[in-house]
Amino acid sequence: MNARGRDLFASMLRIRRFEERCVELYSARKIRGFMHLYIGEEAVAAGVFDALGADDNVVSTYREHGHALARGVPMTAVLAEMYGKATGCSRGRGGSMHLFDVSRRFYGGNAIVGGGLPIAVGLALADRMRGADRVTACFFGDGAVAEGEFHECLNLAALWRLPVLFCCENNRYAMGTALHRAQAQTDLALRAASYGMVAWPVDGMDVSAVAAAAHRARAQVAATGEPCFLELRTYRFRAHSMYDSDRYRDAAEIDRWKQRDPIDTYAAELLGSGELTEQDRTELEASVGREIDAAVGAAESAPREPVSDLTRFVLTEPEVPS
Amino acid sequence: MTNPPAAPAAGHPTYREAIRAAIRDALDADDRVFLMGEDVGRYGGCFGVSLGLLEEYGPDRIRDTPLSESAFVGAGIGAALAGMRPIVEIMTVNFSLLSLDQILNNAATFSYMSGGQLSVPLVIRMTTGAGRQLAAQHSHSLEGWYAHIPGIRVLAPATVTDARRMLAPALADPDPVLIFEHGTLYNVAGSDDLDEVDIDSAAVRRDGDDVTLIGYGGTLGVALAAAETLAGQGISAEVLDLRVLRPLDEDAIVGSVRRTHRAVVVDEGWRSGSLAAEIAARITERVFYELDAPVERVCAAEVPMPYAGHLEQAALPGPDDVVAAARRAVG
Repeated sequence: MNARGRDLFASMLRIRRFEERCVELYSARKIRGFMHLYIGEEAVAAGVFDALGADDNVVSTYREHGHALARGVPMTAVLAEMYGKATGCSRGRGGSMHLFDVSRRFYGGNAIVGGGLPIAVGLALADRMRGADRVTACFFGDGAVAEGEFHECLNLAALWRLPVLFCCENNRYAMGTALHRAQAQTDLALRAASYGMVAWPVDGMDVSAVAAAAHRARAQVAATGEPCFLELRTYRFRAHSMYDSDRYRDAAEIDRWKQRDPIDTYAAELLGSGELTEQDRTELEASVGREIDAAVGAAESAPREPVSDLTRFVLTEPEVPS
Repeated sequence: MTNPPAAPAAGHPTYREAIRAAIRDALDADDRVFLMGEDVGRYGGCFGVSLGLLEEYGPDRIRDTPLSESAFVGAGIGAALAGMRPIVEIMTVNFSLLSLDQILNNAATFSYMSGGQLSVPLVIRMTTGAGRQLAAQHSHSLEGWYAHIPGIRVLAPATVTDARRMLAPALADPDPVLIFEHGTLYNVAGSDDLDEVDIDSAAVRRDGDDVTLIGYGGTLGVALAAAETLAGQGISAEVLDLRVLRPLDEDAIVGSVRRTHRAVVVDEGWRSGSLAAEIAARITERVFYELDAPVERVCAAEVPMPYAGHLEQAALPGPDDVVAAARRAVG
């Protein structure tokens, strides 16, 4: 069995099954607030994170469960955060939309559309000024392309030649507004290219294609120190958030995209080539199920942050000498 | 929009020169420090603060930015997260609204939302205030809005010494610090007595017994002028310079009012929902029974700042307004 194919498949499967359980937990009112699911888009996270090094920076959005898991943020810490527990990766102060893990250079979890782009530019600026050779991967959706910050930041990154890998997850809808209803020019890679950076459209439903493009793009950013832009053309199978009744698109369209489910199609490909057996697949499902069960158990029993700590971390706390 | 740099008074630096010297010290002391903003380099800074620094430190550390407030303020946040110590200059508080998202939603919240994993050691400097006939889009005093926000510190240097000395502790603070420089102060010369300056406390600028005049930044001079007039009328006014708008030095405010039993707050912000309102409320909460008169507020008229000089002056809190308020309080 090809280890790389198995890893990409396992990464997608893990994100999918985790979020399916999150839907149940949300319905059971264990998880509250806004929750934005990544179901259908898993090939993007699995493929892009396959290309990133452990030392690279990541700036994410509010639809970031998949990014966090693919980055290696422990599932227990992610789920505990969604439960609002003290063991959550943001100590219960962030929730689903604000997952942070600085030890893995995972800089959130930003719920303002486009809000993370300047942060990514700044991380890359610091690396440039200090001679670090890491890359900053910046995720955002097609909705962010309508924000001024998108244009300010692509301009600045190109102007200052900063090592940012812009990863636009074009899932065709900014909440309920279809891309063509919001954008005069729907070819987003073309728009990025107008800032003088290399920009490629990528089939975001094909994990092999995403991984190949991401490896190539990351290598190019690292080699040139200049930004690169990937338009990852994908689709979310679920509504924008748990509150969304999804009335803005028809079932036929969703079904059409589900024919291209990145997990099913990749499984068929791997099974066909013999890289994956049905037994491997069964074992992976079982292993993911066990990991999720353990995370749920841990989140259930985890302590809550004491209310007496409500005002901690508004400002940086002085380090206590050990 | 620019003021020509003024010739310094003999032996005394101007407020502008004091800030420039502070930036130079910071650049010399720590190679993580850099200055970034619109026209800070080749132009020398919109108000001439950074004149000459590009030649001394080069374009990497004196970094001209496009007119992209949100991008370069956010880039300052990102660079601070990555261990740099950026000083971001925004031309005026009016333009800072284009970056308010980055300041409020990111700089002020990252520490909390990450459960203490992140610090944003960023300094943002900007000009505030009226008095130069720049009309509504270049003259407002919105520092009170920023003082509303948890997760940041807000400073308002009113003296040359504070302008010279507040930057270093601001840069040493692990959290975001906003420094508001009143536009009418840049040409003011004064002694820089080389004192260590903190960024926690208010300062009594003039002692008095009958009434406390509370000002900051551009209104400190107004309060001091009023106190001088009041002295001629036999009224002894204490003048308290807030210096730090967030967190407020409540003990200093309360301590002074406990002595004088009367307070006049002088604020160039609009009265409704103003910093002056907050201060009046805190005085009421803490020392209501020690007051001999209602707390008076002298604020800007509730109009967009007009261009015409006489209208602008009429809209601004002036010494005469403060004198009248103090006389009402003293009764």
